[in-house]
Amino acid sequence: MSARTTTGEPEPRAAAGPRALASLLDSPRWLGVLMIGPAVLYIVLVVGLPFVLAILYAFSGVTMGSRTIEFVGLKNFINVLGTAKFQTSLRNTFVFAIVAQVLVMVLGTVLAIALLKDFRGKWLVRLLILLPWVAPISLGTIGWLWILDSTYSVINWTLEALGLIRADGWLMWLGVPYLAMGSVIAIHVWRILPLATVILLGGLTSIPHDIHDAAQVDGASFGRHLFQITLPLIRPIMLVAGLFGLVFAFTDMIVIFVLTRGGPYDTTQVLASLAFFTGIQAGDLAEGAAIALFLFPLLLAVAVAFLRVARRAEVT
Amino acid sequence: MAVPPALRRATARGGHLGLIGLFTLFSAFPFYWMLITTFKRTSDLLKRTNNPFIYNEPPTLENLRVLFFDTLYVRWLGNTLFVGVLVVFVTLLLAVPAGYALARLTGRWGEQLGIGIFLTYLVPSTLLFIPMSRLIGDLGLQDSLWSLVLVYPSFTIPFCTWLLMGFFKAIPRDLEEAAMIDGHSRFGAFVKVVIPISLAGILTAIIFTLTLVMQEFVYALTFITAARNYTVSVGVPTFLVHGDVYFWGSLMAGCFIASVPVAVLYNFFVDRFISGFTVGAIK
Amino acid sequence: MATVETRQVRKVFGEVRAVDGVDLVTREGEFLVLLGPSGCGKTTLLRMIAGLEQPSSGEILIGGRIVYHLPPRARKIAMVFQSYALYPHMTVFKNIAFPLKAQGVPKEEIPKKVEWATALFGIGHLLERKPRQLSGGERQRVALARAVVREPAVFLLDEPLSNLDAKLRTSARDELQQFQRRIGITTIYVTHDQIEAMGLGDRIAVMQGGRVRQLGTPAEVYGEPADTFVAGFLGSPPMNIVEAAADCLVGFRPEHFLPREVHEGSGALVTLGFRVARVEYLGADRLLYGVLEDKFPDAKVIARLPSTVALTYEGGRRYAFAVPEKELKFFDRTTGLRTAPRLV
Repeated sequence: MSARTTTGEPEPRAAAGPRALASLLDSPRWLGVLMIGPAVLYIVLVVGLPFVLAILYAFSGVTMGSRTIEFVGLKNFINVLGTAKFQTSLRNTFVFAIVAQVLVMVLGTVLAIALLKDFRGKWLVRLLILLPWVAPISLGTIGWLWILDSTYSVINWTLEALGLIRADGWLMWLGVPYLAMGSVIAIHVWRILPLATVILLGGLTSIPHDIHDAAQVDGASFGRHLFQITLPLIRPIMLVAGLFGLVFAFTDMIVIFVLTRGGPYDTTQVLASLAFFTGIQAGDLAEGAAIALFLFPLLLAVAVAFLRVARRAEVT
Repeated sequence: MAVPPALRRATARGGHLGLIGLFTLFSAFPFYWMLITTFKRTSDLLKRTNNPFIYNEPPTLENLRVLFFDTLYVRWLGNTLFVGVLVVFVTLLLAVPAGYALARLTGRWGEQLGIGIFLTYLVPSTLLFIPMSRLIGDLGLQDSLWSLVLVYPSFTIPFCTWLLMGFFKAIPRDLEEAAMIDGHSRFGAFVKVVIPISLAGILTAIIFTLTLVMQEFVYALTFITAARNYTVSVGVPTFLVHGDVYFWGSLMAGCFIASVPVAVLYNFFVDRFISGFTVGAIK
Repeated sequence: MATVETRQVRKVFGEVRAVDGVDLVTREGEFLVLLGPSGCGKTTLLRMIAGLEQPSSGEILIGGRIVYHLPPRARKIAMVFQSYALYPHMTVFKNIAFPLKAQGVPKEEIPKKVEWATALFGIGHLLERKPRQLSGGERQRVALARAVVREPAVFLLDEPLSNLDAKLRTSARDELQQFQRRIGITTIYVTHDQIEAMGLGDRIAVMQGGRVRQLGTPAEVYGEPADTFVAGFLGSPPMNIVEAAADCLVGFRPEHFLPREVHEGSGALVTLGFRVARVEYLGADRLLYGVLEDKFPDAKVIARLPSTVALTYEGGRRYAFAVPEKELKFFDRTTGLRTAPRLV
């Protein structure tokens, strides 16, 4: 905009541009939208869109190579629900998730309480305890694969050295149905424990010290102190940690994929891994999507529970 | 009742330390085992009768040599770093302003939005990966690292937004108001005052994003099939296994190198993570 | 009912000596105040008596028994914390019932005891509320009720009034004292507020640097301070302390530093020339800030005139003020301790 000095008219117009921008950068309402907009847009596109597609695929006959999407109604669901593979996977998923998460919460609480006190070398302990969570999941799991190897397992070797098993009685940690599920659960717990501990520890340290002193003066025994004072006060955080962990356990497939590929005989197959094998390896996208969609109801339940906890915490 | 208090304290302390020792052993043992195995000769490893805890044959660097020179490991590390840096960049670009907006500028609906964003972190890759794989194929990004750069922010952004929101909330508004009185616009105050102060929080977000990128497996496995384009997380489990023979020495070396150094770095930022998380989650 | 005794109690945190050899004996049923600035060790001492901290050396006796090895719950003490430390997730009733349950009081007796404790403080109508729904004053009373319900032998209070509004504090102080007189439990009260200490205490232990500087009634610590610290800590505005000689300090309180003609009584007076710099009108009193001339040149002092003195005083002018000779307190320059009077 050239500034014409004779009439002075264009001056205001030239200033309108930067002034409008300046007011935008100041206005709380518009600035907020502007700053949060890109993130929301991205999430809607990259999370929302595939989610909608997942539902579409589940009701269609899409495969890896197909060009179009034809609606087939509930055919995929019916096909899938009938198979023993699916039913086993569904059951395994619940067993795996619930057992693992209960263990994580209990052990995490114990460890968090133990870590409250200061002691020498605490920084090192914290670093070592965090390792399973920070290390890439697949790599940590491969470490366990070697430790549990049916021929060379160090655990078996040690058990034999201690005289607890015989040379020909070496346990097939990943090759025998119930043992495999146990191993998989144990390794998942191994991985999630640090996260739960850290979160619970954060909650525990936020309890004012006075409260513990008062309970001591009031004469509470160790058990009463723990169960009637400490744990109730961290209940909101326990809930958050629990819900988180439940989601991870319910939807995870990495540990199973690396350790057992779902075997032996589908005894460690869960919904997520089954979805992968059906959808990607076998190429039946529609059926894979249908299987994966069964994860959704749980996610919804967790989201609702989480919102409830959040609302109650706000009210206090 | 006649237990002297000193003895009672000593046994309690012993039990306490013993418990912690057990947990530490449980957590750290696999990594210790990775380290030992790295330097063991394959002939030593594959003898069932050998004591695995000692070096029955002298330690060797052969496994490391194989890992670095005979496999694509170094390239995978490079790939992972490439994806990591780009994802960090994209994440910060979107999550820093979003976190700030949620902490400062929005009211009632802002809180709902914040929780909504947080919840998208919980949407698992195992639910989305099937339609995603098709989308990636349609976009022509199959087998490209760019597919990961495009998709990874879907979980790093929600997480970092939540984390940064917690950090920004802890900064007193007075500082920005002082900057605005000094002549800055609201946005200017954000850039000139808030961001420099939050550097520690932003650094934490960076470290967490990098670890999330390094850990991710499902998308990487789904989108990329060409070995040279693998990330470490996928390359090690799928490629270092030739048929039924596992090159355990190199395998363990690969696992250790990609796990432990990052964990050490991460450890320095855990405290900030806790404070950011609890402020954000429990108000 | 019991007395508390500490013998050479010390508490060391690394390099820091928080409590440095304290000998104290309370009397039965007395209200003893531990007074001092922050960091003087008063709270640490209280916590050691409660059993929340272990002394580094020395002994603590409650009711004549050495309690070193006993946890707090075995000492028959009750404590009220500065933050009240009410259990946020429990109702008022459950808060007060908690110590009773912890000590195994039979279930049937609990409601009666809780009722008794709440009646003492008039909070019976709050039983079903949670702490976050209570005002500051109500929370304080709940904390007191919770402490008293166990019928302890000793009552320990850690600055329980400091979180209240100034106005509330006066009435709370009054109620607290009446309550203690009625119940008659030996009470140890920690505060940094000297007005609170003077108003509540039967005796005051003035602490500084981990030691007790003086133990006495309010009249004793105020009227006959044992050293310059006590002299300066009690009284608002603090005692005027000027250099009298190379080895000697002399002090006199602002309320004794009055115009010559205002002094009544027959005692000998010491005249001091006073040049006023500034006047503060505070309603009930006036504070005159200025410097002495003649005897103690350039010494900054404060005079406090009650409102009953009607004369006016202006900044910049010099007046003849005086202090009764018997109100002059002398202190050794190096140690700060009180010394014998001498001629000025």
